[in-house]
Amino acid sequence: MFQFVLRRLLVAIPVLIGVTLITFILVNVVPGDPVLMMLEKRADQATIDRIRHQMGLDRPLPEQYLTFLVKACKGDLGESFRYKVPVTDLIKQRFPVTIKLATSAMFVALVIGLGVGILSAVKQYSVVDHASMVGALALVSAPIFWVAILSQIVFGLNLKWLPISGYYGIQYMVLPALVLGVRPAAGIARLTRSSMLEVIRQDYIRTARAKGLAERPVIFKHALKNALIPVVTIIGLELGGLLTGSILTETVFGIPGLGRLAIEGITYRDFPVIQGTVLFTAVVYVLANIIVDISYAFLDPRIRLS
Amino acid sequence: MAKVTPPSPTGTPRLAADLTVAAGDPRSTFTREAWTRLKRNKAAMVGLYMIIVLVIVAVTADLISPADPYTQDLYARLVPPGGPSSITRTQTYILGSDQLGRDILSRIFHGSRISLAVGLVSEFIVVLIGISLGAISGYYGKWVDTVIMRLGDIMFAFPDLLFCIGIMFVLGPNIFNLFIAISIVGWAGMARLVRSQVLYLKETQFIESAKAQGLSDFRIITRHILPNCLGPIIVSVTLGIPGAIMAEASLSFLGLGAQPPMASWGSMIYAARAYIRAAPLYSIFPGLAIAYTVFAFNLFGDGLRDALDPRLKR
Repeated sequence: MFQFVLRRLLVAIPVLIGVTLITFILVNVVPGDPVLMMLEKRADQATIDRIRHQMGLDRPLPEQYLTFLVKACKGDLGESFRYKVPVTDLIKQRFPVTIKLATSAMFVALVIGLGVGILSAVKQYSVVDHASMVGALALVSAPIFWVAILSQIVFGLNLKWLPISGYYGIQYMVLPALVLGVRPAAGIARLTRSSMLEVIRQDYIRTARAKGLAERPVIFKHALKNALIPVVTIIGLELGGLLTGSILTETVFGIPGLGRLAIEGITYRDFPVIQGTVLFTAVVYVLANIIVDISYAFLDPRIRLS
Repeated sequence: MAKVTPPSPTGTPRLAADLTVAAGDPRSTFTREAWTRLKRNKAAMVGLYMIIVLVIVAVTADLISPADPYTQDLYARLVPPGGPSSITRTQTYILGSDQLGRDILSRIFHGSRISLAVGLVSEFIVVLIGISLGAISGYYGKWVDTVIMRLGDIMFAFPDLLFCIGIMFVLGPNIFNLFIAISIVGWAGMARLVRSQVLYLKETQFIESAKAQGLSDFRIITRHILPNCLGPIIVSVTLGIPGAIMAEASLSFLGLGAQPPMASWGSMIYAARAYIRAAPLYSIFPGLAIAYTVFAFNLFGDGLRDALDPRLKR
């Protein structure tokens, strides 16, 4: 197990270096001089040169990259042009909001997804099964930002149950979490169903039934436990979807999270913010996937050995 | 942006074997069997018909649109569905008009062209890059394989949309850069899929015999290996198209995709967002169009996967 964890961590290192390199290239090939954008008003050439020198922009690119890498490792992602504060501070401020949103969405997704998936599997080919599987596909097909707007219209404007925009308390998180959770819920439901169906056909389930166990313990104790293993991986896969979805959800609901920060960075051409959020999100994504891989290996010994 | 789940690599061996057995007839029984299975799958056929309707709408958008999608009617802005036009007395706006008094229905019809174009063109680029790199990676192995696959890993490390946003920011928002952004993000999945297929096929006897005949690598890859992984590739493309369409809609919704006055569904919703109180239906219709399109492709793609890979069928 230790070896597996170590190997998984070692493989991540070149990926993380690649991520920093691509983020660096992404921001440094942008047409337009960041210094000119930062100064906004017309500055004389001497000032421009001085600031370029201060920012290290007159150095050769490989050297700039190394400086960027070393600084990034120390947690220094530069200073936001717009807010004039370190990007790391902005991320520290915004990331918890996104985490809160993503975990509540994941909770919603697991509750709905597992429930619907188990129900569909137990009642295979019934009306409930067909309806929920078509429903799941339809939900995956609807753009999340549109579902968000729909929910604002229905629950916010028409029924007046919940606030539709901003972030001033827990009630502001309900709609966004539901909207963000609906999509992974569909994926989890589909996977839980197929995984349950596979497990239900195994011999040990037949044995459990043959020895006279009631249906409920067979499903929940014997089948579900084994069927959940693949579901763990989809949590990892859906994580990317959650991060992506949170950009759109935060935009629609005006939630000051990391996704909103990235979009603001683009609107105001705030290079360090864009670079910082893209890099940070990618690193979080890579690390989260490692954790999922490890937990998967922990659950299923067959993975470790291969 | 739904990640495409690659069909199980175990599906192909059977396909490969079937095709070699029926080597005399390239339109082998496998294709015919798959088609029969597909026809029996009601959901998939519904998806196919929905796609056909969409294509007809896109092709005939100029003929069936009740109005020009770009003509503004500033005296009839945001009229509700069925509301009258101020330009001609006879005309009504079936789905209402937008903030500049343009006919929403006509804009939705024309938007289908952008969505389909984005879906098809970017998937075409994805296939081109993905197949070449995947085949090279799987066939030659060694350091070439390592380099390509590590590059793929790095691509996978970025959440799709965020990476697209980054690329669109760098290249500037317009429809051509949209193709580029979506393809750059999508090739890695296709390359992995093709590589896994090639890795398996490379060891089969018919490839060995092709090698023994002294055929060139290029010929072996293009004539013998690739035709045998067509099944999974087709499925991946069918399921990749809705992903690309969704990506376009999301980017346009963020203002980073198609630019005004172009009638793209995503940018229509972006514009409509400001008027959800005054004209709530305005934001609903273009979203329905996106959902319809993506749903159609997902339905068809799912059915196609079952048809091409009978083992998955329960």
